[in-house]
Amino acid sequence: MDTMTLGRRGEACAKEYLIEHGWEILALNWRCRHGEIDIVAREADTVVFVEVKTRANARAGHPLEAITYRKLSTLRGLALRWLAAQEEWIPAFRLDVIGILWNNGLPDITHVRAAQ
Amino acid sequence: MSAPPPPVDLDTARSRKRGRSTASASRSFGRTTAVALLGISGTPVSIEASVNDGLPGIDIVGLPDTSVTESRKRIRAAISNLGITLTSRRVTVNLSPGGVKKVGTAFDLGIAVAILEAEGKIPADRARGIVHIGELGLDGRIHPVRGVLPSVLAGLRAGATRFVVPAANAEEAGLVDGAEVRGAANLADAVTMLGGEIDDPGLPAIELPEAAALPPPDVHDLAEVQGQDDARFALEVAAAGGHHLLMTGTPGAGKTLLAGCLPGLLPPLDVDEACEVVALRSLDGTLDPAAGLDRTPPFEAPHHRTSASAMVGGSRPGSIGVFSRAHRGVLFMDEAPEFRRDVLEALRQPLENGRCDIHRAWGSVVLPSRFQLVLASNPCPCGAGVGGSTRCRCTPLDRRRYRGRLSGPLLDRIDIQLEMLPLVAADLHATSPREDTATVAARVARAREIQAHRYAGLPWSLNAQAPGAWLRETFDFRRTETAPLDTALERGGITMRGYDRVVRIATTLADLAGRTRPQGDDLLSALVLRIRETS
Repeated sequence: MDTMTLGRRGEACAKEYLIEHGWEILALNWRCRHGEIDIVAREADTVVFVEVKTRANARAGHPLEAITYRKLSTLRGLALRWLAAQEEWIPAFRLDVIGILWNNGLPDITHVRAAQ
Repeated sequence: MSAPPPPVDLDTARSRKRGRSTASASRSFGRTTAVALLGISGTPVSIEASVNDGLPGIDIVGLPDTSVTESRKRIRAAISNLGITLTSRRVTVNLSPGGVKKVGTAFDLGIAVAILEAEGKIPADRARGIVHIGELGLDGRIHPVRGVLPSVLAGLRAGATRFVVPAANAEEAGLVDGAEVRGAANLADAVTMLGGEIDDPGLPAIELPEAAALPPPDVHDLAEVQGQDDARFALEVAAAGGHHLLMTGTPGAGKTLLAGCLPGLLPPLDVDEACEVVALRSLDGTLDPAAGLDRTPPFEAPHHRTSASAMVGGSRPGSIGVFSRAHRGVLFMDEAPEFRRDVLEALRQPLENGRCDIHRAWGSVVLPSRFQLVLASNPCPCGAGVGGSTRCRCTPLDRRRYRGRLSGPLLDRIDIQLEMLPLVAADLHATSPREDTATVAARVARAREIQAHRYAGLPWSLNAQAPGAWLRETFDFRRTETAPLDTALERGGITMRGYDRVVRIATTLADLAGRTRPQGDDLLSALVLRIRETS
């Protein structure tokens, strides 16, 4: 399983996880010239921008450890661009990170709300 | 690129996902203590670690210096190399009080212990109140650090009694009475002491690097000194009363040799003084713990090109200068006029207050530096111009310039100013036995006892430190006794400050002779020991 497939699988897994929690998925892999947002979803009134990071094993560390300050600030910039492209009024938004660690072929999901 | 994602077995995914509520252990808080050292005074610092939701990583707050912030990397590596996996959550470490600056690597051990307690690897509250000092290596071993002894002293003063220090520093920390000190070779060791369970990595403990201690100073015996009876006596007086001394004389008159005899004449340091000296050496990295609590007064003889910041110290946090290395001992400045002007002027504060207040970009520190100053100087650039010699080739201007390098305010603080004449053949062949250091040291010790008795309960302990007004009032001199001094004062030969210095020297002369109070003769002899006032 190459990293691309792994990432797609992780994102699909994260999507299912969010839907199961009653979130409404607004966009998947939304891209603009500056980058890509993995998942845009709505939890109650809040629009949540989700970065999904998947790793096949913990040899290189937990997937969440790869989320750096820089990566988050990129995500924040993308989030503002997505918001600017919307016509409706969005009262609140936040950034979440979902780390997925493949453990014996099963996904181990860690969800960090309002990451900073 | 857009390969369809493989199907996900959602049921299993659901069953394995970690809700945050279950991931948080029953306890996610740890607390222990360390010491923030500034100079030789330290402040206990409480280290708190808390594990909370967030992206994995370690945050350190509470005014940490870069060297403390860097410890995050060492701690992560050390913990993972001991086979412990940290939960992938945010660790926040707080060092309080937040107003005290924390510098250096000695916080590593305390921070690691606090984190491991927060992670549940150490039973709760076991580390509380125990002072942890030590630097971590990437393999989890604990490296020795400087300043362990002053840190332990500071911890004791603040009420802590239990200390964990690097195994290599355990002997040094053991010099402090009343501290329960344990040496830890590695992090696993420290965790086991607190009741945690980690497998010992089985690595050899790190030892203190060899040859850290300085070579012993050149201390000479008075029996080696040929002739120079006046100078021998002046040295005895200086040793007995703690007076600063300036020797002016031709090259080869024996100035350096005499100065080298002074440490042997001084009485051994008392426990408190010796502790200060050892604490400063610990900070300097020159302490030899095997020597125990060294009671001999330090002797420092810096080269005359030494810079002012090397003399004062504090250019980096934790560094000390020559002045502080000479604390409670002797600072001998040979060829004093050859020292740079800023070095000589830097002497003023330690001579006046016995300490250096240093303010630098990195912060402020007070370094103790109460030493006895011995200056040696040639009379003029060619060195021959003493006692009306005709061999001197210097012009009067040369001589004045040379003398002028030692400024008035500096000379004003030096009690005994002595001129040494060259040796004559008769001195070499003199048959009368010369006194050795032990004989003179016994007289000095007696004089010191008298002073200790006289100044009991007062803020000073030596004649050299006693205020002139206090001495004059106590001894209540008669007009006939002080007549020569009064004349010198009226003629402008001595200043009022010089007058008091003469009284102080006279007191030491009386102490050496075993008289209860200085008399007219003592005042007259004391006046002779201050040639610069009279000439």
